[in-house]
Amino acid sequence: MSTIESNLDPNIQQLADQAKERLDQHTVETVRWHFDEATGCPFWLGKKSELNFDPLTEIKCFDDLKKFPLFEDEWLRGGPVERWRPKAYENEPTYVFETGGTTGIPKSRVVVHDFRIDYEMFSETLPEQYFPKRSNWLMLGPSGPRRLRLAVEHLCQFRGGICFCIDLDPRWVVKLIKKGWMDHLEEYKKHCIDQAITILTAGHDIKCMFATPKLLESLCLGLEDRGTTLKDCGVTGIFSGGTEFTPQWTRYCIEELFEGPPEESGIYMTPTYGNTLMGLACSKPVTAEDKYKISYYAPQPRAVTEVVSFDDHTQPVGYGETGRVKLYTLTKEFFIPGFLERDEGEHEAPFETYPWSGVSGVRPFHELASSTTVGVY
Amino acid sequence: MRIPVVRWGKPYESLEIQEVAHFLTGEPIATVDQANGGLVTRDLRKADKARNILREFTCDQLIDFVGRAADLYENETLPMGDGQQSPDDFVKQQSASTGLPEHMCRANMTKNSFVLRNMREILDALTRGLDLEILTRGYGVEQRGVILSYQAQAPVLGAVLPSNSPGVHTLWLPVVPLQMGLVLKPGSQEPWTAYRIAAAFGQAGIPPEVISLYPGGHDVGGSILTSCRRSMIFGSEKTIAQYAGNPRVQVHGPGFSKILLGDDCVDRWPEYIDAMAESVYINGGRSCINASGVWASRHTKEIAAALAERLGPIEVKPPDDPDCGLAAFTVAGVGPAVMNMVEQDLKQDGVTDCTAEYGPRLEEKERCSYLRPMVVHAASPDLDIAKKEFMFPFVSVVECPQEHMIQKIGPTLVGTAITDDDTWIDQLTGATNIDRLNIGNIPTNRLNWLQPHEGNLIDFLFRSRAVQTDRQLAGV
Repeated sequence: MSTIESNLDPNIQQLADQAKERLDQHTVETVRWHFDEATGCPFWLGKKSELNFDPLTEIKCFDDLKKFPLFEDEWLRGGPVERWRPKAYENEPTYVFETGGTTGIPKSRVVVHDFRIDYEMFSETLPEQYFPKRSNWLMLGPSGPRRLRLAVEHLCQFRGGICFCIDLDPRWVVKLIKKGWMDHLEEYKKHCIDQAITILTAGHDIKCMFATPKLLESLCLGLEDRGTTLKDCGVTGIFSGGTEFTPQWTRYCIEELFEGPPEESGIYMTPTYGNTLMGLACSKPVTAEDKYKISYYAPQPRAVTEVVSFDDHTQPVGYGETGRVKLYTLTKEFFIPGFLERDEGEHEAPFETYPWSGVSGVRPFHELASSTTVGVY
Repeated sequence: MRIPVVRWGKPYESLEIQEVAHFLTGEPIATVDQANGGLVTRDLRKADKARNILREFTCDQLIDFVGRAADLYENETLPMGDGQQSPDDFVKQQSASTGLPEHMCRANMTKNSFVLRNMREILDALTRGLDLEILTRGYGVEQRGVILSYQAQAPVLGAVLPSNSPGVHTLWLPVVPLQMGLVLKPGSQEPWTAYRIAAAFGQAGIPPEVISLYPGGHDVGGSILTSCRRSMIFGSEKTIAQYAGNPRVQVHGPGFSKILLGDDCVDRWPEYIDAMAESVYINGGRSCINASGVWASRHTKEIAAALAERLGPIEVKPPDDPDCGLAAFTVAGVGPAVMNMVEQDLKQDGVTDCTAEYGPRLEEKERCSYLRPMVVHAASPDLDIAKKEFMFPFVSVVECPQEHMIQKIGPTLVGTAITDDDTWIDQLTGATNIDRLNIGNIPTNRLNWLQPHEGNLIDFLFRSRAVQTDRQLAGV
């Protein structure tokens, strides 16, 4: 990130410098933790001998992480899953969060506390007006191997509410699409939406919800079919996520499904960008004036996103320029010293709330786009 | 030029746009606003309105409007997005974005306007002379005094249109005169026809709010097919398989059209070589009605050699050259990939590339590629190449005994059988794997517009059912 020349406002630049300093310090501590025999996980301790440098002494700042080879998510496929559990946590209750799984063995990430920490931090970003504390939630999305439900339910509980959950199995959805069983797909979606509407209209005073964009759209249309709306049901705050979260979709959702921006409709939606490897990146508030542009900022220093050159992943592109998304995860439970995501986007400048690099216009990486099934739920 | 989404006649500027570029130079021609699937699903909840509006007119009035639109479409400058488009602009822009030679674009334009201009005769043929008032009202009395009922199955027809074959538009043109609206997803490289016809319809007097145009990605196509009770899609074999048997979707894919030479005529094969060459080569070999097979029990090597001599020397020419007969593959890598598929099939014993002596077939340019015509000889109908179709002038000349031909040819959109053998003609007439049957020396591409194509549109859009009443009904 140090290679980018920028003309940031001096105040923002000062905040960005402070954030960078925190990130450098956090990076050194995290690397030491993962490569210390007393705390690190078997995978990284084993990997240490393959490195041509000593991570304990030669990682002195964030940029030094580029000394590591790129993280390969294939390493996360298959067992034993314990090789990823840091020794420091070997006696703690441990979860496994899985990603993919539509083609062969899924990738697994062990989690002890991270999902709670990530979602508690995310909770701080939610506006109280639309996500009132102690209100009940509806989680409409995958629960199974992805364990997203665990995280959303914790978010709800952390804010004092009780969470209702409607499940959707994305692996079955991908299978239906690949088989061309579109009628089954529609019926499955309807099955999920019917359950959600039953819960929303059952007097549980649900004000907040998580839904994927496609399910949110189907929910709004399903409610409309029954002569009601999300607003009529009392929903005021929605958190959603996925790469199909485009400015056009967001505009359609706000203008046509919600019938106006939060101040008119009373419904606030916050897009997020996340995955099992990184956690959750928040977005800058999305407005019509900004053409519904969606800019995501990782929860630095626990995770970092860079937008790097398509030709050289060690070189971030300039602000406003397009590149591939590269992510880093730097928690005590999971260490990713640079992973090239299957997404691309534009490099966004730091601003007051998030004085570090962000990414906007996230979409499937153009060289992989044709082979990826996205936005399935 | 910016071309917006059109939602029931109203332009809608999307936050997502896609550029349409010249296939040779890469120069931008237009930007096309992209719809999203949800937008379509939501709009289609108001589809009934389109039919209600159109039922305020008689079918006869709408046929007159469409006839007027034929002239506007073919001869006048019409609005196109935020600009204007003359007929010449249309031809040049369509050629530039699809890779089709300009004279073929003009021919397709003539074909579309012919259908629009002759709508009355076409509907008369498709309905077998039915008084169209019966379609409007849903029932009526025939001259022989019997009550007939045809019930509309949908207020609109949805269509997911292709990018690479501007000739297919004739299939949806009769829909508006049947008092149904249109919901079209234009091909990403060929927005021109759908928008120009919509503009011509509007200027001719058809209310704009009965037509929606949704350029966009796969989710838009999916929404149209899911939300319209009747729709048509143009696509590959995979797409066809996905919707096969779905009564709501009419699928149009590869045609595997063929010419079959009967044993009684095959010894006179040189008399039919013109029809064979035309069937393979016309329209750049891109249509489902282009022949991809010539089947005969003998003389197949001589037929293949004669076709190769006719088609093999054909060269790539600039799209504005009136003699240009080949269309470009405008998507990077497609031409070489198709050539690779053909080469795999050529490896089988019994397959001969008869055009090999006329130079390389694949011609790659900076931004596109071409495949020059190919004629192969297949010594057996069981060889893989005998049932292949590609998007360029390609034909397999297949040796097969006449008695096995009907069974071995597989699905065949247009089957031209050159024979006077009544017994075989009887068998061919009953062969359900042949859609359009031509008997005699008729090129596969020469369609009679008074005949249904890939299923009768009337049968698809209306259901014949019973209505009984004790009311006095006027005869028609």
